[in-house]
Amino acid sequence: MYSFSKKLKISAIVFMILGALGIAYGFLTIPNSIEEVKQLTEQQNQGHNEANAANVIEQNPNHAVENGKEVSEAAKTEHLTHALHSFQNRPYAAIFIAMFFFFMIALGTLAFYAIQYASQAGWSIVLFRVMEGITAYLLPGSLFILAFLIISVANGHYFYIWMNPEYYNPQSELYDEILVGKSWWLNVPFWMVRTFIFLLGWNIYRYFAVKNSLAQDAGVDLTHYKKNFKASVFFLLFFAVTESMMAWDWIMSLTPHWLSTLFGWYVFSTLFVSSITVIAMVTIYLKSKGFLPQVNNSHFHDLAKFMFGFSIFWTYLWFSQFMLIWYANMPEETAYFTPRLLGPYQLLFMGMLLSNFVFPLLLLMNSDFKRIPWFIISTGIIILLGHYVDIFVMISPATVGNHWQIGIPEISSILFFLGLFIYVVFNALTKSPLNAKGNPFIKESEHFHY
Amino acid sequence: MSHYEASIREPLINGNKSYHDITVDVAAPVEGKANKKWWIAFTIALLAFLYGIACIAYTIGIGIGVWGLNNRVNWAWDITNFVWWVGIGHAGTLISAVLLLFRQKWRMGINRSAEAMTIFAVFQAGLFPIIHMGRVWNAFYVLPLPNALGSLWVNFNSPLLWDVFAISTYLSVSLVFWYTGLLPDFAMLRDRAVRPFQKKIYGLLSFGWSGRLKDWQRFEEVSLVLAGLATPLVLSVHTIVSMDFATSVIPGWHSTIFPPYFVAGAIFSGFAMVQTLLLIMRKVSNLEAYITRIHIENMNKVILLTGGIVSVAYITEFFMGWYSGSSYEDYTYLSVGAATGPYWWAFWALITCNFIIPQSLWFKKLRTNYVWSFFISIVINIGMWFERFDIIVIDLSRGHLPSSWTMFSPTFVDVGIFIGTIGFFFVLFLLYARTFPVIAQAELKSILKSSGDNYKKLRENNHEQ
Repeated sequence: MYSFSKKLKISAIVFMILGALGIAYGFLTIPNSIEEVKQLTEQQNQGHNEANAANVIEQNPNHAVENGKEVSEAAKTEHLTHALHSFQNRPYAAIFIAMFFFFMIALGTLAFYAIQYASQAGWSIVLFRVMEGITAYLLPGSLFILAFLIISVANGHYFYIWMNPEYYNPQSELYDEILVGKSWWLNVPFWMVRTFIFLLGWNIYRYFAVKNSLAQDAGVDLTHYKKNFKASVFFLLFFAVTESMMAWDWIMSLTPHWLSTLFGWYVFSTLFVSSITVIAMVTIYLKSKGFLPQVNNSHFHDLAKFMFGFSIFWTYLWFSQFMLIWYANMPEETAYFTPRLLGPYQLLFMGMLLSNFVFPLLLLMNSDFKRIPWFIISTGIIILLGHYVDIFVMISPATVGNHWQIGIPEISSILFFLGLFIYVVFNALTKSPLNAKGNPFIKESEHFHY
Repeated sequence: MSHYEASIREPLINGNKSYHDITVDVAAPVEGKANKKWWIAFTIALLAFLYGIACIAYTIGIGIGVWGLNNRVNWAWDITNFVWWVGIGHAGTLISAVLLLFRQKWRMGINRSAEAMTIFAVFQAGLFPIIHMGRVWNAFYVLPLPNALGSLWVNFNSPLLWDVFAISTYLSVSLVFWYTGLLPDFAMLRDRAVRPFQKKIYGLLSFGWSGRLKDWQRFEEVSLVLAGLATPLVLSVHTIVSMDFATSVIPGWHSTIFPPYFVAGAIFSGFAMVQTLLLIMRKVSNLEAYITRIHIENMNKVILLTGGIVSVAYITEFFMGWYSGSSYEDYTYLSVGAATGPYWWAFWALITCNFIIPQSLWFKKLRTNYVWSFFISIVINIGMWFERFDIIVIDLSRGHLPSSWTMFSPTFVDVGIFIGTIGFFFVLFLLYARTFPVIAQAELKSILKSSGDNYKKLRENNHEQ
């Protein structure tokens, strides 16, 4: 049985408190008027040069491109109103990015877990309880997501801009035919119902999978194992469809004019590689504390191989999506990549290739390195940071626009959800023995050597 | 590798086989004489091949106008068949490389034939990029060679050029991978050969393999490295093939999901072809003990999985067609317009063959049934041909400008060349089945003690004591 170390528990709680304070600070320092925005932008512009004039502001799909320096007074006010909304969005975006990041780790772990069942893997059984522990975050994570989405509907803070009723009003200046055409899919009730179904489905599988897995410990026959096998197959079917839709609904709809058929699978690759990394890191931590005697460095090796392989897979999808849009250069599509490739997100956008591709590729190529815990942990940290940036670059340009920063609200949000994640996961790990001893493949897994 | 195997894993080698039995069974088709049925099949395939050659010669002699192409639909059967054949080839690499990385022992009964299929399919695929050119004799211009035209170079921006590199690299790496695996098996045939001519031939082919410890160690490392290289290669090859379409601005072609979706479709169709071939081969070559029900079932599961991925991609394409709000998307291959337009039959053939019928594999009764598996595999081969046909022809026939809307109908030359490649494929495969060890016996012997039914029974009895 694992016992939650006091040190870790206290750090988790400290993270949460510090994070909560920082988040509160983020909300308190939101500018309330255009005047304040003026001051803020001037401060920021001291560092930047005016080359940013060609940047895209995606806040309002009717005004996709804002170039030219000589703008009228009315346009200036309009610009500042957008800027105000961007600044107001910032703490929300910071929370959403961090919240989604930790939620997707739990979700991806669940998918990995289901795949292990469905493929009758023989090596990973000794890691099952670790994975079950990580997926314990799924429920609180889902509740936070749900609460956030409800708030974003309720207070109309321009986060999901398609929720603005003005776009659908033919009398309004903002009337947007494209959005009207999409309103059969992008409308609040249907959108909320879908979200609810996704979250419900994933949590139900998690609940029964863990229940069966624990029941199998005491089982004399394989009933619970067989139930889980079936459940996993059907979960994967459900997941394959809902994961894509989730990506369209929660993230792609932030830029409602833009679309990419690959987007759902691209988000999947981010989610999957981050989860495997976290599984490896938690396993190594527990092993180092002496709690997983059955785990050996062959298990590390396999996990690191997955980190390596799926980092390359992520890059493959990243490149496929980017290159095809860059190559065809159709205006409605490249609008998405302009702020990312040429605008203020360039550094993050290109930089994440280093941490998501180059570093894992070079560091985890050697098979000896894949067995060394500190090597896996340090590569893992790089990978996780890279995928945080990936989520950041997906969400920020559409919500915060040109005024992005990684400051107190962002770091505090990470700290808060990191603390919560650690607390929930390690607390869940104390609830059950760390060896899934009733599983028919457990002996294979314990004797696993590669 | 673990020294322990869970008892719920099913045996992969049936019939109480010993090492010697495996050798004898694998060598039997090579050492025996071809029967009448083989000669009949070979003759038919050869005739089809010769007819195909005649059609190709006719095309090159008279001009590409003998095909059914027109100004608007300027790719049709040629590129459909090209993509279809490349796709079929992908299962071989998946079985030999990806399943090796995932340590799937059931791979060993089928990998040799799957790789052979890859290579023969890529041969067929490789014909089309050449013969669909208007000026075949200038084909070497696609290579970046220094020349007397002021060193006139190729433009590296075209996915058709990437195709050249992708296909030629794919073919060469697959060949090397396949050939390395063949060395110990050729050595086995060499050592068993009684006639001096055969001994000479297999002696040459086996490169003096003597099976020393160091050789085996290197052999395994090379296999693993090649598998690690072949996996990204196999993904990139069909990705590049998909980019022939996806980089364009044609509605229905320009779609970012194409790279992984084409790869999934390739594995889907490739496994279907492996299934077709192996279900026959296990019967005629008496290999039922090595290509067992579990092999067939596992392949059906892969078909179901990749079919599922392809289906999710269909749903995505369909959804995004609506979601885009673009009126042009109405006429593309997965849309309302395609379902009701002049090519409705091709559209519904795709949906029925790839989406509806394969769903029957969810039932264990059907996916373990040999006859049904054979039927499904044929259906998928047809369905995946229609998928490529739909993508290419429907999208080209109804483009942006209504004044250039048109239909396509193939001529006998289009059909003849396709039949010719099928004939060529079977000529190669039939020759292979009589001269090559169709099962990687050396690999199979490495799992006999862990996965042979006799050894499994022995272990079970020991546990019961």
